[in-house]
Formats: sequence, C-alpha cells, structure tokens
Amino acid sequence: MPSTRLRGMSALNRDEVAHLAMLARIDLSQDELQTLSGQLEQIARSVAKVGEVAADDVPPMSHPLPLTNVTRVDEVRPSLPVEDALAGAPAAQQRRFLVPRILDEE
Amino acid sequence: MTATTTDAVMDLDEALERFDPVFGLEVHVELNTATKMFCGCATGFGADPNTQVCPVCLGLPGALPVVNATAVESAIRIGLALNCEIASWCRFARKNYFYPDMPKNFQTSQYDEPIDFEGYLDVEVDGDDGPETFRVAIERAHMEEDTGKSLHVGGATGRIQGADHSLVDYNRAGIPLIEIVTKPITGAGGRAPEVAKAYVSALRDLMKALGVSDVRMEQGSMRCDANLSLRPRATGSQEQADVPLGTRTETKNVNSLRSVERAIRYEIGRQAAVLAAGGSIVQETRHWHEDTGVTTSGRPKSDADDYRYFPEPDLVPVAPSAELVERLRGTLPEPPAQRRHRLQSEWGYSDLEMRDVYNAGAVELIEESVAAGATPAAARKWWMGEIARRASAELRPLADFGVTAQHVAELDGLVTSGRLNDSMARQVMEGLLAGEGTPTEIADARGLQLVEDDDALETAVDEVIAANPDIADKVRGGKVQAAGALIGQVMKAMNGQADAGKVRRLILDKLGA
Repeated sequence: MPSTRLRGMSALNRDEVAHLAMLARIDLSQDELQTLSGQLEQIARSVAKVGEVAADDVPPMSHPLPLTNVTRVDEVRPSLPVEDALAGAPAAQQRRFLVPRILDEE
Repeated sequence: MTATTTDAVMDLDEALERFDPVFGLEVHVELNTATKMFCGCATGFGADPNTQVCPVCLGLPGALPVVNATAVESAIRIGLALNCEIASWCRFARKNYFYPDMPKNFQTSQYDEPIDFEGYLDVEVDGDDGPETFRVAIERAHMEEDTGKSLHVGGATGRIQGADHSLVDYNRAGIPLIEIVTKPITGAGGRAPEVAKAYVSALRDLMKALGVSDVRMEQGSMRCDANLSLRPRATGSQEQADVPLGTRTETKNVNSLRSVERAIRYEIGRQAAVLAAGGSIVQETRHWHEDTGVTTSGRPKSDADDYRYFPEPDLVPVAPSAELVERLRGTLPEPPAQRRHRLQSEWGYSDLEMRDVYNAGAVELIEESVAAGATPAAARKWWMGEIARRASAELRPLADFGVTAQHVAELDGLVTSGRLNDSMARQVMEGLLAGEGTPTEIADARGLQLVEDDDALETAVDEVIAANPDIADKVRGGKVQAAGALIGQVMKAMNGQADAGKVRRLILDKLGA
C-alpha cells in the first residue's frame, strides 16, 4: 500500500508541502516553503525511480539486517522524573502536556 | 455526559422480521505485563500523571523501542486459546495519525501481518432447551500499544466538543494491547445482541483464565467496539448467505457486558428505521452512551482514515519458533466453559444455580472455599447470600468485602462440628462483613456457642410445654406444624443458643407426636 502511494507521489506542490508541514507541526516561512517544495519534489522524483525497476515479484524490503526476535525481559526500568518529561513540552498544566483545542469549532 | 437523539428506532421484533443483522466485534485487551510494549516503563493503573513515561513512549527523537518478550508470549497464548494460527514471521507497522493521544504521531501496531489469525471461540447462549453453543470466527488478533489519556478543559463537563484545550497523560501510552477482531458474525438472527454479549463475556473469562489481563472493563483494561449492518431477509428460494451485506456502522465506547447487548440492540432498531423509511446507512463511527442507551453519530469514515501504514523500521520482525509455540500451548488453561461444566457436576448445582453463581462472579471463590474444606452447598449459600446482595447493590466484586474463602470454610466447619446453628452462623457472617476477625474469633467474642447442656435444654422444653397447654394439645393431636411456636419460645428461652433441630426433636418426643 505505501508503494502505490509513493509511485503516485510524482509532484509535490507548494500547497501540499504546506499541508504536510502543518500536519507535522513544522512552522515554515514562505521562503522555506518555496525552497523545500523544490527540494522535496526532486527527492520524491528520485525515490519514484525505485518503482520503475522494482518488479511485482520483488518484495519490498523493510529491514536491511536479517535479524528477528530482538526482545527485552519484562522488568521495570526507571521512568523519567515528571519535570524532565514535561520539560520539552511547549506548555504543561497539572503535570500533564497541554495541547491546543483538538476539534475545530463547528 | 448526557446525549439525546431524535433518531427513530424500530421495535426490535419488527426490525428482525424484516432484516438480518450481521455484526463484528473488535475487543482491545490491555495485557498485565509489568512494563510497556516497547520500553521498561511501569504499567500500574492510577499512577500520578506522566510518572510512567520515558523517551521511548514519549516518542522523543533518537529513542529506540525494544519488544517486551512477555507481551509476545501473551499474544501467542491468546492466539492459541482462540484456536488461531500463529504467524511464523510478522512485523509491526506504524499507523500514522495526528492526534495528541500518541506523542509519536503514530501508533505502533500490526497491519497485514497479525501474529494470530484464523481462529474461533465457542460461546454459550441460552437456548430453548438449555445452553447452546455458537461458534464465533476470529479473523485476527494483533499486538499494538495503548494511547494516552486526555482531559478536555473549558467545554461542557469534560467533552472534547467545545473544549478550549486538552491535558494529556502518557502513562497509558505504550501499554501492550491485543486487538481481537471477529469475522462478520452471521446467522445469529434475533439472538445477535445476546451472542455479542456472550462472546465478550467468554473472551473475558478466557483472558482471566490465561492470566494475561486484568480484564476490568470499568477500568478500561478491556474495551469493545461493535460493528453492525443489516441486510434484507432472504425471500423465496434465496439463501440468506447470498444476500449482500449492508453498510455498517462502528459503535465505539461499548465498555460493559450489558452495553454490548444494548448497543447492538439499539443499532439494529435505529438502522432498521432508517432503511424502512427508504434512507441509507452512512458508514461512520458512532458513540455509545451508557446513560441514555443511544448511539450518536461520530465522524464519517473518510480520507482522514488514511493511516499510511508501513512496516516499523525500528523494530525487527517477530518470528516465534515452533518450539516456543508448542511450549506455550502446554501452558494453556482448561477452557473456561469446560471448567464450568466440570465444576457444576462436581458441586451438584442445578443449571440455574450455576448460572447465578457464574453471573455473580462467585465460581473461583466457591472453588477456593471448597478446596479449603467447605461443602459446595455451604460455599454457595454464603457467597450468594448477604455478600452477593451487597456486591450487586454496590457494583463491587464479591472479594471486596473482607470475607475470604478460608473464612467461609472455617464458618462452615463451625456449623458442621455443631458449635453454631444457622442463625448464629449468620451473626458470624455479619461480623465477618464488619471486619471483626476470623469466624472463631467472632464466635468467641460474641459468645456464640450452642448449648450442649441437655439438662438445661430439657428444662426449657418442659417449661415451655407447661406454659402453653393449648398448643401442646394441638401437637399431641397431630398438628405437628404447631410445634413451631414452641420451638421459637424454647430458642428464645435459650437465648438462641440451642440447636433448633434438636429442640424440635425433643418437643415432638415429649408430646408423642
């Protein structure tokens, strides 16, 4: 499913980059948008070339190393002090992460 | 949170005459591992906000998840207990979405490679001639992680609608979840609501027997979403299975056994009313409201549900060996329904008694009491008496009242050894419920002891007979039931500390009845 999307991603216009930036909560200036649209478009085109050579009988690779079953024992390890956990948050209240309103006003 | 609705709802019988319900259930089970799915943070319920978080479950840059071995074993055991195939190789996937309950902006889940697939669970429903078995086909069970918990601030009574901002606690984010998904369940007809409830109930029993989850629906460690669609009843020579499925809705937030049944029933009636009026069902998420017993429209399924799943690059595939799977198969408990039938026959309970005991959640307690020496009849009497009444009134588990299986066995021992009569034993039970100590301590403290002094008893009987010549004559004349009044007076004279059976025998002997 991701691969069809990749193939279809031939062009990335400025509006789409702005939308992605909004979803990823990355604040971009107009200049940055302009520059990144061009660069991202180039990247997307290069990546799409993989689709030209990948035949349907070649399974997409998700992991470059032939490792399986890397697990850990179910033993508790110390968590972060709550102050440290919240230190990176733009805002906090009642020891919780404060996030902006989730739903748009209808 | 009170929701009202103006949706028309068709009478259930009429709806079922015209339509065939098809439903599916997605049940999320929170595992009871000590740590989270991908990091070593503790999983205890009710900790202070954001005290069980670390760079991994907060999704901080550079943090790398590592799979919890016990969670994988639990997932495999659940699959085996559900008669599933176990994948010999499977991956985790990222389910991408932007919502603050996951700090990573994706949930680590499994997509097209679930660890368990193609199974079934047999559930019991009441039929016309006793219990009947209905087989529910399981599509898959996969591993994933739970999300954080949000408090919505500034709106009406904590609702997300109209809130000004939200406060998020990530303690729950990353706790291992197993999502168990049924295939569309057909052929239940009018019993669809009942089968749905029986399935969730059987699943809960199974998880408990496996010991993999607390399965406390009221604490959210087991949660249920219910999909439902209606299709017209087959006509003429048409087979019902050949009638195409209708559009389905997914009802969220169905978080008690009773709600499962009610929500399915409500949604059958609502959809039937829409279809009968010539309307069509919108494929959407709906919310169940426990208090008002209705569902309301959530959001329509749309492009917003493009989760852009892709294999999780930070976690290597899980490849359970055949040896591991067989070793885990050896750890499976006796299936709960089979166990129930075995215990019922061992205890000699009727179907009705066993059902009441099961519904009250008393099976394990009775089993323990019997193991500790109580007779099955006495164990049932004590657990299903005052304790069950209080548990049911206060919506608390039976084990919550300070009475243990050992107490019940000891109390029964005091009765069978002849120290206490029935009414004294009841007083001891009162003492147990009041936390006054062990049965023997309570009996000692309250001076409860059957009088074994036969002379005193005989004197009391003689006095009561002498004081009540009319009644005594009636008994002599053959009206044995009149002896009740005499027994009562003797018991009163003995301050209740006599064996009522013995008193009765003495009175009848003396009056030659």
